Amino acid sequence: MAVVFEKPKALADITFHYCPGCTHGIIHRIVCEVIDEMGIEGDTIGVCPVGCSVMAYDYFNCDMIEAPHGRAPAVATGVKRANPDKFVFTYQGDGDLAAIGTAETVHSATRGENIVVIFVNNTTYGMTGGQMAPTTLPGQITQTTPYGRDTSVQGFPIKVCEMLSTLDGTALAQRVAVDSVPHVREAKKAVRKAFENQKNKLGFSIVEVLSTCPTNWGMSPVDSLKRLKEEMIPYYPLGVYKDKTAKEDNQQ
Amino acid sequence: MTHDIILAGFGGQGILFLGKVLAYSGLIDNKEVSWLPSYGPEMRGGTCNCSVVISDEPVGSPLVIEPAVLIAMNSPSLEKFIGSVRPGGTVICDSTIVDSPVTRQDVNVFYIPATDLETENNLKGGANIILLGKLIKETGIISKETFKKAIEKIVPPSKTQLIENNMKAIQVGMDS
Amino acid sequence: MERNLMKGNEAIAEAALRTGCKCFFGYPITPQTEISAYLSKKMPKEGGVFLQAESEIAAINMVLGASASGVRVMTSSSSPGISLKAEGISYIAGSDLPCVIINVQRGGPGLGGIQPSQADYWQATKAIGHGDFHVLVYAPCSVQEMVDTVTKAFDMADSYRMPVIILADGLLGQMMEPVTFPEKKTELPEKPWATNGHGNKRKHNIINSLYLQPDALENSVKNRFERYEELKANHAQAEAYLYEDADIIVAAYGATARIAKSAVNLARESGIKAGLFRPVTLWPFPVKEINEACKNAHTVLCCEMSMGQMIDDVKLALNCSKPVGFFGRTGGIIPKPSEILEEIKKTGGNA
Repeated sequence: MAVVFEKPKALADITFHYCPGCTHGIIHRIVCEVIDEMGIEGDTIGVCPVGCSVMAYDYFNCDMIEAPHGRAPAVATGVKRANPDKFVFTYQGDGDLAAIGTAETVHSATRGENIVVIFVNNTTYGMTGGQMAPTTLPGQITQTTPYGRDTSVQGFPIKVCEMLSTLDGTALAQRVAVDSVPHVREAKKAVRKAFENQKNKLGFSIVEVLSTCPTNWGMSPVDSLKRLKEEMIPYYPLGVYKDKTAKEDNQQ
Repeated sequence: MTHDIILAGFGGQGILFLGKVLAYSGLIDNKEVSWLPSYGPEMRGGTCNCSVVISDEPVGSPLVIEPAVLIAMNSPSLEKFIGSVRPGGTVICDSTIVDSPVTRQDVNVFYIPATDLETENNLKGGANIILLGKLIKETGIISKETFKKAIEKIVPPSKTQLIENNMKAIQVGMDS
Repeated sequence: MERNLMKGNEAIAEAALRTGCKCFFGYPITPQTEISAYLSKKMPKEGGVFLQAESEIAAINMVLGASASGVRVMTSSSSPGISLKAEGISYIAGSDLPCVIINVQRGGPGLGGIQPSQADYWQATKAIGHGDFHVLVYAPCSVQEMVDTVTKAFDMADSYRMPVIILADGLLGQMMEPVTFPEKKTELPEKPWATNGHGNKRKHNIINSLYLQPDALENSVKNRFERYEELKANHAQAEAYLYEDADIIVAAYGATARIAKSAVNLARESGIKAGLFRPVTLWPFPVKEINEACKNAHTVLCCEMSMGQMIDDVKLALNCSKPVGFFGRTGGIIPKPSEILEEIKKTGGNA
């Protein structure tokens, strides 16, 4: 019988610890499919964050490093500078990337660090139990915004792709989502482009993936995907915010 | 034998360079040497000083507290360090710039109008070396030959004309 | 071999290059910036990596990444910057990664000052980050010893897979002294544990400090402490001077030890039987060596450029078998030999 679907080789044969309905699984899979398709598992080093995906080092079959909270882009910089011919990616959540690690994120981008950043935005700190994240939407109730995020008190969410698209070192800043099949396909294309950019030494590529957290949102997986579509996408519009390859195409 | 030396003046007068020349000279004479600059935010134009030790023994503290030799290129530096010079020590000042004479009777003071001599002899920036020339003449801490070797070592190959200028300056100092 | 005159900071940098240091990540801070300046000039020409990071935090994490991927890597800073690196150092230790960290100490706490100090002894030897771990700490006292120590530090870091700190100070960093360098190292140790791409030839390597199961974490810490025992037994280092007949031993490290040595010589000239004990490794502290050095002394005087930090280890090492006095200057003031001599006389050096 013909095989029509199988686990990517780069994805380890281990039971994930993620909650039921969590979209980390889809995003892991996308990254691994791209690694497989490009045949680069043996030349890839992944850096995982502190947050729900802290144990992702067990899930990817390439070499893996667990970084301190927020420091994955700095760790990845060290790896990449020491091994410029290898592929290096970070896999980070919103608290890791856009709060405690903002400086590392911004400066890796502006240096044009030739790495891939997979940024999983689910508007909450998942692992610690659902506190306010830098990406928590206005009005959103979390453990530390029990009356809803009040922008006059807690300020506004950070739109990471928009912010990083202003930097000359950024090669790709694209926001995707994993709430529907077409969006998952789009997400995979973006991740592939990010890795191709690294291969072509174009600089810093970030793919922001809008994701869910059924457990901390207190919703069913289906309702979570609905929230992603109806509440997150309007605030965080999907699309390409910066793409150096597109610019080159235009110039031609 | 240990020579404890303090060199002091304004930033830009070549104090640290003068210290380097002395330290290199000690190195060439196979002595133990140390060179310690004052460092801090006053990098340009402020006061600047430098401790140099040239010794037959391994150098203990590189920070000179009671110098046997003081070269002072301005009044604040002279005021700051004159009290710490060992009795019998040697003090050489640039009398073009230093305006009040030393009142201590127990040290040997030499007033050299180094900045004037620099101008007269067309030796731009050479006042520090002129003062060193006087020190060589009065104390023999290093020889003129050693000085030449030290200058040749310090001056980058692209600026060899500086060697000649420095040799001229040292002679002006020795003759003063 | 030709003797060269070189600043301590530059000598550290050159020694690192000759020891096969491939990457340097740092952030500017006085009084250590010459290290960065020197390496930024030299490293690109030698195929190395010099990168000025956006912060000390980023710098130490770049060190983590480069070390994880198998190259020799160094960072340097001065006291306030080392505090910022604390997090990364703990992770590096917890991940069993080698690296060399230079601390050219200045006065503290807070922004403190920029003049020489030894106020980071506790930080380096007891608590350079959270958790149960040590780093190997060397305290050289001359420019030549800085060079020798850097060479040794890289080797020890690789052998024991741990961070090594060289605890210098502004005086050692800024002064010039004659120095000779070893030949450039070409053969470096293999690192089969490194995460530099498995090349489809082995199972994936993981560099990690997370152990959610308490027994697994306890095991990993205990394994590390077994290596520490080996270090303590074989690699504690010290210098003792004029100690055989000494009534009083002055204990001092780094730049202060040079000044203390001058004071000991002055004391001998005035008929006091004084000697010097200088730990070269601050962790592990040379316990056996200090007991040997103090065997005939009736009293010990600890001298530091701080309010008294190493004195704790001196007392512990001597197990309170003799009185230990203290003399220190802090805030960036370098003690004078005459001050230490006074203290030797007061503390009971019998003429």
